[in-house]
Amino acid sequence: MGHLENLKGAAKAVNFAKRNGIYIVLLVLIGFFAFATENFLVSHNLMNVARQVSMLGIASVGFAFVLLLGGIDLSVGSVITLVNVVCGWLLVNQGMNPVLAVVLTVIMATLIGFANGWIIANIQMPPLIVTLAMMIIIEGIAFLISKGVPIYGFPESFAVIGQGYIGPIPVPVVIMIVILSIGAFILNKTYFGRYFYALGGNEEAAKLSGIKVKNVKYLVYSLSGFFAGIAGIVILSRTNSATSNVGEGMELEILTACVLGGISVTGGVGRISNIVAGVLILGVLSNGMVLMNVTEFTQMVIKGSVLLIAVAFDCLQHRKTA
Amino acid sequence: MNILELKNITKKYPGVIALNDVSIDFVKGEAHALVGENGAGKSTLIKSCTGAVIPNEGKIVIEGEEFSSLTPQLSEAHGIGVIYQEFNLVGELSVAENIFLGRAIRKGLVVDKKAMAREAAKIFEQFNIDIDPNELVGNLTVGYQQLVEIAKALSQKARILIMDEPSAPLTSAEAERLYEVVEKLKASGVTIIYISHRMEEIFRLTERITVLRDGQKIDTVKTSETNMDDLVKLMVGRELKETYPERKACISDEVLLDVQNLSGNGVKDISFQIKKGEVLGFAGLIGAGRTETAELLFGAAKKTAGTIQLNGKEVSPKTPRDAIDSGIALVPEDRKGKGALMEMTIRSNTSIAILERISKCFTIDSKEERRLAEEYKQSIRIKTPTIEQKIKNLSGGNQQKVIIARWLASEPELVIFDEPTRGIDVGAKSEIYTLVNALVEDGKSVLMISSEMEEVMGMSDRIIVLCDGKISGSLDRKDFNQETIMNFASQK
Repeated sequence: MGHLENLKGAAKAVNFAKRNGIYIVLLVLIGFFAFATENFLVSHNLMNVARQVSMLGIASVGFAFVLLLGGIDLSVGSVITLVNVVCGWLLVNQGMNPVLAVVLTVIMATLIGFANGWIIANIQMPPLIVTLAMMIIIEGIAFLISKGVPIYGFPESFAVIGQGYIGPIPVPVVIMIVILSIGAFILNKTYFGRYFYALGGNEEAAKLSGIKVKNVKYLVYSLSGFFAGIAGIVILSRTNSATSNVGEGMELEILTACVLGGISVTGGVGRISNIVAGVLILGVLSNGMVLMNVTEFTQMVIKGSVLLIAVAFDCLQHRKTA
Repeated sequence: MNILELKNITKKYPGVIALNDVSIDFVKGEAHALVGENGAGKSTLIKSCTGAVIPNEGKIVIEGEEFSSLTPQLSEAHGIGVIYQEFNLVGELSVAENIFLGRAIRKGLVVDKKAMAREAAKIFEQFNIDIDPNELVGNLTVGYQQLVEIAKALSQKARILIMDEPSAPLTSAEAERLYEVVEKLKASGVTIIYISHRMEEIFRLTERITVLRDGQKIDTVKTSETNMDDLVKLMVGRELKETYPERKACISDEVLLDVQNLSGNGVKDISFQIKKGEVLGFAGLIGAGRTETAELLFGAAKKTAGTIQLNGKEVSPKTPRDAIDSGIALVPEDRKGKGALMEMTIRSNTSIAILERISKCFTIDSKEERRLAEEYKQSIRIKTPTIEQKIKNLSGGNQQKVIIARWLASEPELVIFDEPTRGIDVGAKSEIYTLVNALVEDGKSVLMISSEMEEVMGMSDRIIVLCDGKISGSLDRKDFNQETIMNFASQK
């Protein structure tokens, strides 16, 4: 028995390292920039990092759900753009009440997600193609509305979302924490959250267990749109100006954050708690590289490599267990 | 002469010792059976021979050459070939192209299809197999595809052929042909390592049998010097009283399920009834419409005509959810593909079909969920340290028990078992039979689909035989007879 207990202990330790290794990577990265730059470990810079990553963190939750399902949603970046443009247009050109404008645009984002889900579930097209097409369509619409001209001059009350503070903590960070908590609650406590895992793990078995597969897909892609919508509103309020390329490439950053956080690209595996680390790694990396004066293009090379390495780790891990 | 020797092979995984100091030798030209319950270590042993697993300790000696571990390439180069349960064939290519996949015979830069067909035909001729080398593999039945796999291994000069449950997917005629090929292989000097749960074929085909249990070698015996009872005793380490446990007479007069003129999904105009407390067996060949009927009853396929009544009420489920809610459960045939959620825990696998019932405001009552999983773990004896274990870490028999737990938890009135004991060891089999008995004694009804003649005859109160999507015969228990059933099953 003693021998078995030992083995169990060892297995637990291995599991712990596997599950939380990403936080070790984060700490190493923080350590590196703390030594390599002067201003990194300053409290206001750290708060800055937190605020910078909050949009990423918010949108990651919906994206993580989609990945768990074994799908992908390339349209989130463009949804963020459209939300910026439409909300800006409603506020400035229509003079709409900010609360109403926000609610309407988030509903719009959710409906775009629902459309993705409906097409994927009913026409059984590959999610990659559906959401890629949707991305192009939405980018076009955003451009048609804004005509490429930035929209600005929002009411002051609207700025609270992106620029306000609750105590010492920026509002976007608070929103991110709330949304990550909601995401974790959905995955750990609700039955539909459990369905995401079941579907991503084995769709046929999930169906035969009485799960209404289509409904789950509608829900997950709608949530992806919904969270992207909220992220878009936060960005709009923070930058105070709506431009038609604001969300460009964000889908890949979100994907990187999720995969770094251990959400498997093959579906069925992952937890919200590690996404926080994934998001923070990207934030720390961006911020640190800026402080070190790394050029934008070098940053692209590094960020692309991070995505590649993260996915490679994920795939290697899965090949071993298969 | 020993062609292959395994010496003191040990393989440890975190928390489990899969193989503990196992030594076996294999003689040239013999068929050597590996038997044992699921989780006994057969797969790990095979994987050590093919290089898929690297042992922690021990030596593998192939014709005098010693290795502490193999790679897949080394293993193949030294003449070890494997016929897995899942074939590695490309349906869109011809038989000959499959046999020479990756090693195509060439004339200059061009693939020489004629030469490949000729070479393939030579192998087939040698073993008296009638397959056209130019046929597309996708057009062949499972039995012939398996023979293509064997030919592929032989074309790679395999002298040791490992066969993992080769007869499991075959009809009896196909199995018969496989046995002939195995005999010819032996005669030509190929050593066969034969893994199977089917006792009859082990006694028919093999010279020696090695029994594994819990990662240890129990014994290697000469087939001619042992018998089934002794072997089963060695495998399970305890005596099984009888394969098919007695059950009390419990059939009531009330009809639970009434199916009239059901069609669709390949099923043609089927009518039958199941009474409360009755086990109805579905016999027939693969593709006869048994699984297809089950799918219709469970709402997993669309019916085109007919009625399905449960307790006198029309149900006609459109989705599995409808079926579950009206009291029907299906333990599917393909455990890996359709049953188990491999990355999820035993707890989650048990509760998945009733999550909404044990949730309030979308939130799962986790206490109730744990209670359920613990209850079934105890009552149907799922061997695991904890319900938080992932189901993929369990043996096949225990996985099947978890799937059964899932359906018992849904409190069904009718449980459909589709090949419930396929690929499951003797001990777990017997436990599943006991469970079926408990269900009907409790007034539930069971529809049992099985390709194992003994099982369907041993467990059923009544048997319906299907053939070509239609009912071709129906027998009461007193009339059960293997030949009669086979005749009904192969009617054309």
